[in-house]
Amino acid sequence: MNLTIQVEVNGKKHKSTVEARQLLVYYLRDQLRLTGTHIGCDTSSCGSCTVMIDGMAVKSCTMLAAQADGCAITTIEGLAKKGELHPLQEGFHQEHGLQCGFCTPGMIMTAVDLLSKNPEPTEMDIRHALEGNFCRCTGYHNIVRAVQFASAKMKEMEVASV
Amino acid sequence: MCSLIGQSVKRVEDKRFITGKGKYTDDIVLPDMTHAYIMRSPYAHANILKIDTSKALAMEGVVAVFTGEDIAKAGINGVPCGWQVNFNTGETMKEPPHPLLVKDKVLHAGDSVAIVIAESRELAVDAAELVEIDYEELPCVTDPFKAIQDGAPLVHDIAPNNKCFVWELGDRQKTDDHIAKSHHVTTLEFVNQRMVPNAIEPRAAIGDYDIAHDKHTLYTTSQNPHLIRLLMCAFVLGLPEHKVRVVAPDVGGGFGSKIFHYTEEALVTWASKQIGRPVKWVAERSESFITDAHGRDHVTKAEMGFDKDGNVMALRVRTAANLGAYLSTFGTAVPTYLHGTLLQGLYTTPAVHVEVTGAFTHTNAVDAYRGAGRPEATYVLERLMETAAKEMGVDPAELRLKNFIPPFDGITQPGYQTQVALQYDSGNYHAVLERALEMVDYKGFRKEQAEARKQGKYLGIGISTYIEACGIAPSAVVGSLGARAGLFESSQVRIQPTGKVSVYTGSHSHGQGHETTFAQVVADKFGISMNDVEIIHGDSDSVAFGMGTYGSRSLAVGGSAIVKSIEKVLQKGAKIAAHKLEAAEADLEYAGGRWTVKGTDKSIGFGDVALTAYVPHDYPQGLEPGLDFSSFYDPTNFTYPYGAHIAVVEVDIETGKTTLKRFIACDDVGNVINPMIVDGQIHGGVVQGIGQALFEEAIYDSNGQLITGSYMDYTMPRADDVPMFEVDRTVTPCPHNPLGVKGAGEAGTIGSAPAVVNAVLDALSPFNIKDMNMPLTPQKVWKAIHNK
Amino acid sequence: MIPSEFDYIKAKSIDEAISLLKDGDAKLLAGGHSLIPAMKLRLNRPTKLIDISRIAEMKGIKQEDGELVIGAMTTHYEIMTNDLIKKHLPILSQAAELIGDVQVRNKGTLGGSLAHADPSADWPASMLVTDAVIVVAGAKGKRAIKAGDFFTGFFMTALEEGEIVTQIRIPLPSANTKSAYVKFMQPASRFAIVGCAVVVTGNGSIDDIKVAFTGVSESAFRDTAVENALKGKKADTETIKNAADQAAEGVSILSDHFAGEEYRKHLAKVYAKRALTEVA
Repeated sequence: MNLTIQVEVNGKKHKSTVEARQLLVYYLRDQLRLTGTHIGCDTSSCGSCTVMIDGMAVKSCTMLAAQADGCAITTIEGLAKKGELHPLQEGFHQEHGLQCGFCTPGMIMTAVDLLSKNPEPTEMDIRHALEGNFCRCTGYHNIVRAVQFASAKMKEMEVASV
Repeated sequence: MCSLIGQSVKRVEDKRFITGKGKYTDDIVLPDMTHAYIMRSPYAHANILKIDTSKALAMEGVVAVFTGEDIAKAGINGVPCGWQVNFNTGETMKEPPHPLLVKDKVLHAGDSVAIVIAESRELAVDAAELVEIDYEELPCVTDPFKAIQDGAPLVHDIAPNNKCFVWELGDRQKTDDHIAKSHHVTTLEFVNQRMVPNAIEPRAAIGDYDIAHDKHTLYTTSQNPHLIRLLMCAFVLGLPEHKVRVVAPDVGGGFGSKIFHYTEEALVTWASKQIGRPVKWVAERSESFITDAHGRDHVTKAEMGFDKDGNVMALRVRTAANLGAYLSTFGTAVPTYLHGTLLQGLYTTPAVHVEVTGAFTHTNAVDAYRGAGRPEATYVLERLMETAAKEMGVDPAELRLKNFIPPFDGITQPGYQTQVALQYDSGNYHAVLERALEMVDYKGFRKEQAEARKQGKYLGIGISTYIEACGIAPSAVVGSLGARAGLFESSQVRIQPTGKVSVYTGSHSHGQGHETTFAQVVADKFGISMNDVEIIHGDSDSVAFGMGTYGSRSLAVGGSAIVKSIEKVLQKGAKIAAHKLEAAEADLEYAGGRWTVKGTDKSIGFGDVALTAYVPHDYPQGLEPGLDFSSFYDPTNFTYPYGAHIAVVEVDIETGKTTLKRFIACDDVGNVINPMIVDGQIHGGVVQGIGQALFEEAIYDSNGQLITGSYMDYTMPRADDVPMFEVDRTVTPCPHNPLGVKGAGEAGTIGSAPAVVNAVLDALSPFNIKDMNMPLTPQKVWKAIHNK
Repeated sequence: MIPSEFDYIKAKSIDEAISLLKDGDAKLLAGGHSLIPAMKLRLNRPTKLIDISRIAEMKGIKQEDGELVIGAMTTHYEIMTNDLIKKHLPILSQAAELIGDVQVRNKGTLGGSLAHADPSADWPASMLVTDAVIVVAGAKGKRAIKAGDFFTGFFMTALEEGEIVTQIRIPLPSANTKSAYVKFMQPASRFAIVGCAVVVTGNGSIDDIKVAFTGVSESAFRDTAVENALKGKKADTETIKNAADQAAEGVSILSDHFAGEEYRKHLAKVYAKRALTEVA
């Protein structure tokens, strides 16, 4: 069965035909060619496929494209605005929060969710928030620091904009 | 301009990954591409009675289905083993074929039986459900110790008692004598459990045959594309290498598991030519669990003898090492040459003997997993040291310090000749342990521990020291030991006419940051900006050759190859500069990107020399134009990083759950080019060791099913399982390579697991528990406390 | 990991969902965090999926006649952060925070979890101790099922074919009530090996107490032995310990490689003690 869905992805509206069984992650990767969203497991455990749907981090491997009909989706490709890196992207770069880079988009998107709900998280808040995202390279140490960097940077930006 | 070497330069590769622009194998879409699904045996050991593909072939959208019969008919060989390890009797090792698709008999759950190729991923999976396969299940064996006993189910008819080899190293007689004469002997019998590497990017491969040029391209998730090309062409498909291109684009972690030549790589390469279209295969995670080569899996008995003063007199080790059903590329080398040769550790032990029996079992193959053999050796040594200290009533730190090899620099003092073939390059082993003890405040901790225990809290501290052999390897040495390949590295440093630099290296980067570290070396040596340097790797059509990234070898071997090419560029550049400056070459010095006539202000820049080399109008007579050099570097010895790790834990004795409170690592990896990247390697490595100590285990049930075959059952360390790490280092340069580097990729994993286990057992010392097998899960700890 | 083919229909109302459900092979799709993984493995292959996650009347949390009414499609995250819940039924907020991970909590729903009745799910224990009533609707009309009657076995509930969980109604606890949910996690899946929920009422001594476990047995259960050992007593350390020691007796105990029967039963006692200590 094919369906028509309308979604807004990274600010751009799409009207697409998808198979009912099409997972959101395949829709993003195959149809929209947004390959920054990765697939690392088949049990919704690893978090590599995390995207923001209507402002909430969701594992796109455990959601049908059909379920996203009418939603606004942000993927890693849509995070930088006008060529300016998001503070989290900058944090991961500055604090060496990535090595192979495969888990990174999902990790960053989950951290976006965290900082939107809790702008000044403690180390334990960060670790708890990232429990649904596996990284096999970094040992998480620098990922925690990357999120801390972003939290501080966002606070600074807020102060500056007031 | 200050030196770039030693600076924590932010990584140049980050940008593409943090913006979602990395290009991994599964991100590649080729015109007219088909999708493959590989059908795998649900049984550990079974005869294939019948395969009927007719219904699948009749389904709309199915392009082809191939079985073992097709592979056999095509005369395709299996994937090879890269290292021949013979019996101690001289008998050749038993080497059964590993076919791309099995025809008659499956030998482990996950063995490949058929490949279904369809227009889409969905249709391939749908069609696979229509392939009918009848099996006759047979008895199986999964444990390496049980496998080599009489009467165990046989994996291969050619290997009686499932023995691939029985290998030994060291002086058996001397070791037996020393053990017999020892004042105290500590004995441990344990399992170093099987691990699943779990790179987060699942393996994937795309075969693309171009009929116009009769050329194959294979895109694959590999740590060493050239090695895959070599093995696949020479041993499996019989293809001429110049007609095969292998590309490893961005690769999402390897940890050893992406070194090996896997059947799927050859399968999609072959199948693409059969159907005349590209064929893509991407592993599902559950497939990765049962087909990515696993690590460790040793059943060991180890004895360490001491004299009455606590000096180590001898070490005797007997290990049954699980190889799995088939020999993976380096599966035979890991439990032997990468394990037995490290049993000297940091100690002056005068007699060491190790015997390793390589066992076939009805399980997935076992091969190098981060550390590869060296974590197993370190575990033997450091558990023995800790247990011995407890048994003899001495402090475990003191016992180690007392038995350490004295410092030597490898230049004015010779290297240290071990009892197990290797000669260590340089080291000051006391320094790392003393620093780690200082970092943790060892004495202060003992007070804190005693206080806590009064309040019913069980804190523990555990030490581990390690040495590893990295920078693999001098080709002639490994060749004499059975390696079927050279283990040098290649480089090409191409100076573009504008003075920009393209560097081609055979060392693939999949997280290690070569694009930054190597560029730092190149920019530093040339005195130019890193922005003017690009590191190119991973494509056999652009990089001349390479042996790849594993064994913490990239900088020590690949980096050295680059330095050789840099030197050649500078030598030729000096000739051009001398000509342009009308000076003698001997009167020039090179610094800050310029050749200057000593004592004058006459100079010429790197870019001008480069331009002259490509526009050779006013040019030295007889000198070839161009500025582009290749080099091959074959190391003269291994490198020997070492270190000391200390874990502090708290055990909840009611539940048995361990919380890691602190982790201290003081490592010596020789000179450091980028401290930030080295620290990152240590952090990640440490967590893989912690994972082995506390969480991870591949468990097969009696039917040969991997019951920890998904992330719902196999415990991966998560962000909230570990603390921030405290890392430091000492620097003892490697005396035999131009950068003085030793390698940092595996250090964390090698040192950490025994530290954690020792810490848990220290916490539990009131319960008098001698040993527990990893992982120290809450249930296991609880049972040990209650003697269940 | 691709599900087999199915038709997908988004239901706009409970009535529409009920009428769509008449097709035998149809399944309801809520947050999808239990169903979709099973479909990817093709362990579950419905021919029709009815997406009920957007039905407005099934969402949200409100106070009504001395009860909190939680729409079945309310997510774990919404429950975790809702002010009414935090004020009146903090145990639910505490339990929600321990479910899965951030992404799962953002998408998974209370109703979906209850209907799935995974023996290791977190919610059932809290439902049992808070006297939750699960309201279901079907072709024959609406009915209310007490949580104690709802979980009937291993992945089994009192839901009849064609019925939908529409809301969960929980009476507001009296002022002198304390509650806790504590959990020993299966380290890989993060489901409960033992989840213990306790609600206690009283001043000084215990007037009423409810203790329930999830993860321990084939389905969540109230542990009356523990409750009886505490009723009317003062919750001192000794009493709590003695009561907790009676936990999980006389029920069949689940077993896996993380926790065999003996260990799991022991953990039940430890976590009963911890939950009781938290409310003491």
